[in-house]
Amino acid sequence: MSKQNFLLAVEGLTVSFDGFKAVDDVSLYIDPGEVRVIIGPNGAGKTTLLDLISGKTRASAGSIEFKGIELTLLKEHQIVREGLARKFQTPSIYEDLTVYQNLEVSFPRGRGVFGSLFFRRTPDVEEAVHRVAEEIRLTDSLSLQAGLLSHGQKQWLEIGMLLMQDADLLMLDEPVAGMSVKERQQTAELLQRISRNRSVLVIEHDMEFVRAIAHKVTVLHQGKVLVEGSMDRVQSDPRVIEAYLGH
Amino acid sequence: MTSLLEYYRRIPASWRSLVILSLILLVVFPLLLTSFRLNLVGKYLCFAYVSLGLVLAWGYGGILSLGQGVFFGLGGYCMAMFLKLEASDLQSTAIQSTPGIPDFMDWNQLTALPWFWEPFHNLFFTLLAILVIPTFCAYVLSLAMFKRRVGGVYFAIITQAVALILSTLIIGQQGYTGGVNGITDLKTLEGWDIRTDSAKTVLYFVCSGLLILCVMVSRFILNSKLGLLLVAMRDKEERVRFSGYSVADLKVFVFCVAALFSAIGGALFTLQVGFMSPSFVGIVPSVEMVIFAAVGGRLSLVGALYGSLMVNFGKTYFSEAFPELWLYLMGSLFIGIVMFFPNGMAGLFESGGREPLKTLWRRLIHMRHHNRPSLQMDQEPADSSLESRSGG
Repeated sequence: MSKQNFLLAVEGLTVSFDGFKAVDDVSLYIDPGEVRVIIGPNGAGKTTLLDLISGKTRASAGSIEFKGIELTLLKEHQIVREGLARKFQTPSIYEDLTVYQNLEVSFPRGRGVFGSLFFRRTPDVEEAVHRVAEEIRLTDSLSLQAGLLSHGQKQWLEIGMLLMQDADLLMLDEPVAGMSVKERQQTAELLQRISRNRSVLVIEHDMEFVRAIAHKVTVLHQGKVLVEGSMDRVQSDPRVIEAYLGH
Repeated sequence: MTSLLEYYRRIPASWRSLVILSLILLVVFPLLLTSFRLNLVGKYLCFAYVSLGLVLAWGYGGILSLGQGVFFGLGGYCMAMFLKLEASDLQSTAIQSTPGIPDFMDWNQLTALPWFWEPFHNLFFTLLAILVIPTFCAYVLSLAMFKRRVGGVYFAIITQAVALILSTLIIGQQGYTGGVNGITDLKTLEGWDIRTDSAKTVLYFVCSGLLILCVMVSRFILNSKLGLLLVAMRDKEERVRFSGYSVADLKVFVFCVAALFSAIGGALFTLQVGFMSPSFVGIVPSVEMVIFAAVGGRLSLVGALYGSLMVNFGKTYFSEAFPELWLYLMGSLFIGIVMFFPNGMAGLFESGGREPLKTLWRRLIHMRHHNRPSLQMDQEPADSSLESRSGG
């Protein structure tokens, strides 16, 4: 299969901080519509990998191709505009704005200075906000100030903000951290639904959750890809067991 | 009286504060005040332009600038240069060794008008320069800072340094700028004597009218998606960036708008007061401008405007009554406001005085228990940088 058929093709990606290689020669290929989960012990370089793909951190070497476009040369907001959305580890929402405004601001139109100055709330914006609110179970809270939401709802709201962006690839950093069992289940269902027409890249520790959503799992260890494959294959791999127990 | 109330009720709630402000500025003040006092109010209103810009940049955008005097001064100097050239015609400067150039140039042994003064013979160029030059400077400065993600207290310090540099430059280049005295003896605008009472009254109305227009422009910005983004950025800058917005561009825009407003205020100040000097450019005046906005309420457009009026009245009073102490009084006022009433008078007014008083009470209790004030405010770094300046 040629590189063009992948939605995201990461090759030989390396970043070193003062000689320490946090991500070391990582290659990763994601198909359209795939749900990929990255797991690994603490300090394996999972979040750094997302930082590199989303442009928050600059790579020392390697390439990141998204829909055939080289991302390593672009700025964060340009990468987002190409159709790649990212959720942060701690829920990152605008606490002073209402849920509605949080979603509206994420609508992918009027992203320039003057575009945002003359942005109008047209029917398609309202329609998108209500559709996403339904998806993330926040329809009843649209006029609520976002800072008043529960922790789980904040996580959902941020996922909703990514859905508003209408991205082709969602990258979620520990989306179920701090959620109750029921909320985890609901989030898993949500991810299964939204992955029907886009790809999702997730970092997660909760194995039950991973099993519920992952098409394929990549294990990172000390900045390198240790194993890649189905959940069952990965869990029974002696190198993975070694990596987790050894730390 | 009941019919007045009836009219008031018919105004949409979001426009009431603006209508009241317009009535006060355009009807109440001109009817009640003598032309001397009215001119004084006009002068204070020039600083309200700066406050308005600070509400946008600092209150909403979270960008604290301690150098708004730079843009106020640039606007003011552009206007002053035009007026000075008009006042320096051949007849009135006949006794100089080089007639036809401004008097201070002659005193400094300049024998020809410097090249950058030449275009200021033209009123149209001058008006354009008032709008463009300060805004362009703000653009270059903020672009260089925000593209490199310099923000918060570092940005505040850099703007303060720029204020110091510009005022030092103006004072040092006496032959070109009029030095520490500034540009004085301004007389006419295209032959219209700006020193008469009637001219001052006209200028007052121009100043008020433009200010109301600027308030409306600001409201438009805050009500747009850009206004939402400013609030969003203040809260979670990274999230805005990762939602596809160039945070730097948004910050540059709002900073430029603030600079533009300041420049208009500066130009009107020159017209109404009849001179411009480095004492409106440096660090102390720039910090004072922040105080106006903070006292009035940095989240309220009209609040900042009333703040400018009140603090300036206070300043006039204090500096007459306690000439030695007034800078300290101003400093204490600022620290007090930022610590106890972070949303200024507007915040006090909107909550009917209850919420801020509760905050005050909590802070005082906290101080008793911990024996030192807590400074947990969203603009914390800025506050600490100001305390050291408050003594002047």
